[in-house]
Amino acid sequence: MEALYSVTVGMLTACSIYLILRGRSFPIVIGITMLSYAVNLFLFSTGRLVLNQLPIIGNQAEYTDPLPQALVLTAIVIGFAMTAYSIILAVRVRGELGTDEVNEPNQNDGEAQR
Amino acid sequence: MLDQHLVILPLLIPMLAALLQLLPWGEEPQRYRRAIGIISCLALIGVAVTLFIQSQHGPSVYALGSWQAPYGIVLVVDKLSALMVLLTALLALPVLWYACYGEDNLGSHFQALFQFQLLGILGAFLTGDLFNLFVFFEILLISSYALLMHGGGKQKLRATLHYVLLNLTGSAIFLIALGVIYGITGTLNMADLAVKVANLQADDAHIARVGGLLLLIVFALKAALLPLYFWLPQAYAMTTGTVAALFAIMTKVGIYAIIRVFTLIFGEDSGAAALLGYDWLWWLGLGTLAIGGIGVIGSRDLRLVIAYLVVISVGTMLTTFSMNSERSITAVMYYMLHSTFITAALFLIVDVVAKQRGKTSSRIIKGRKMAQHAILGMMFFAAAIAIIGMPPFSGFIGKLFILEAARTGAQVALLWPLVLGSTFLVMVSLSRAGSRMFWHTFDGKPGDVSSPRGQLIAIGLLLLAIVGLTVFAGSISNFINGIAYDVMHPAAYIEAVLGKEYSYE
Repeated sequence: MEALYSVTVGMLTACSIYLILRGRSFPIVIGITMLSYAVNLFLFSTGRLVLNQLPIIGNQAEYTDPLPQALVLTAIVIGFAMTAYSIILAVRVRGELGTDEVNEPNQNDGEAQR
Repeated sequence: MLDQHLVILPLLIPMLAALLQLLPWGEEPQRYRRAIGIISCLALIGVAVTLFIQSQHGPSVYALGSWQAPYGIVLVVDKLSALMVLLTALLALPVLWYACYGEDNLGSHFQALFQFQLLGILGAFLTGDLFNLFVFFEILLISSYALLMHGGGKQKLRATLHYVLLNLTGSAIFLIALGVIYGITGTLNMADLAVKVANLQADDAHIARVGGLLLLIVFALKAALLPLYFWLPQAYAMTTGTVAALFAIMTKVGIYAIIRVFTLIFGEDSGAAALLGYDWLWWLGLGTLAIGGIGVIGSRDLRLVIAYLVVISVGTMLTTFSMNSERSITAVMYYMLHSTFITAALFLIVDVVAKQRGKTSSRIIKGRKMAQHAILGMMFFAAAIAIIGMPPFSGFIGKLFILEAARTGAQVALLWPLVLGSTFLVMVSLSRAGSRMFWHTFDGKPGDVSSPRGQLIAIGLLLLAIVGLTVFAGSISNFINGIAYDVMHPAAYIEAVLGKEYSYE
């Protein structure tokens, strides 16, 4: 289970880094969303992977750590808001600048840039 | 009763103010919103001063919901946090005052976003929990995303897009770092981490070091250290002057986080993970200084020059911090106070200048005379002297502290030329800008756009803070010495959080 889990997290992270390094805003936003999935899975695993246990101390000898679950919930909520904002921003940039290139397409007029 | 809950007031005041400001206030909402904002800032100053006085008697800890550390979340006010809270409060009032003369009408909900921004910044200074630090970072980031866009415009859009995408990636790295550290120590409370990290052995210590260095990357991104500073000049130069002035404190949040985490958790007494990242900070800080100097001399726009001045100040502070002595922490703190006020003042001055010059705006070229030429010229002159670091203002004292903090030969050999060299470049650049914009003006009628007196008074208040820093340099440096001692000897902090003597039961 641990191997499968870590391969999943690793694959997600690798793909997201590839997407984040692209030059257009849409793949970057997708990449960042994917990175946040990977991060959430990773955070979840920091309490160690335990099967079929309650996150409550005292009822039974074995339990699963409840704190990472709380952290992941918080991270999901924040990540969701941030993704929404970045999508809206990317759409605005596409609409107002007419391109979804993250950097200025014509770099040759350095004088015009302040 | 109020005494016990004093620690959380700096968070509650801006939050309540922002919520009130979001209410529909009828026909002329802006008047009420401004009043609420100003009252909130005044109250913050009052609370910050009280906290500051209280912090002299040792750190106070506020356990939220009475869940004691290390299980619950705590807010901690020690001398360092108290000073940062006071600095933020003192910066916020003049900037908000300046914004109330029409700047806040350029986009919707400036006032509420301003308060949310304060909430995030103050929270980051007060929290004693790493995950909570992440949450407050996100609060200050999401309001800063919106504030950067304030006023609209195509150039702002691109700069904001860069800023947002970079910081979203930074947040992901922050979470990974937290996961790594939690996985190995089982806690995220800073004081508890300090104890647990010090006891880690062999492999575990290496993993903790990885987590620590990931944290350093995130904080360096916020502080704009060398390879991660590219977002700053564009973002600060493109946004409106008020927002840029408020953001004078934003890079300091990153520097505060570095000071807090890397003295408390990865400080001298942290066993296998001791003094993590200090050598990186030294070299990257020096590089940042050099790049900032080049940026200052190469910019054709006064806003961009000031944005690069922020980069220089970050390099100066982090290099000095990495020398890791009480003397260097004193120097960093004094310089931090100085550079926050002076950068904010300069951003506001340039904003006024750009408005009054009309078409030539803040570009460093010959333009027409401004309506309030004399007073703006004098303000710019005073601010320039202060930031260059010439006597008699606090910049001189700050630079003196920093140069004096370098002790060994190698430190002197690298730090002195870079600090003095960048100072020289700043002087050349600012005198060029000043003489082009204020002396070599076109003959003829001055421009007819004049600024309300209130805005000039707001800038004057920030300059007054610089004068205050200079006049009371002695007593301020005495107080900062106390901070430096506490930072280098975190035992009192740890005992206050984990020990039995809670100030709040």
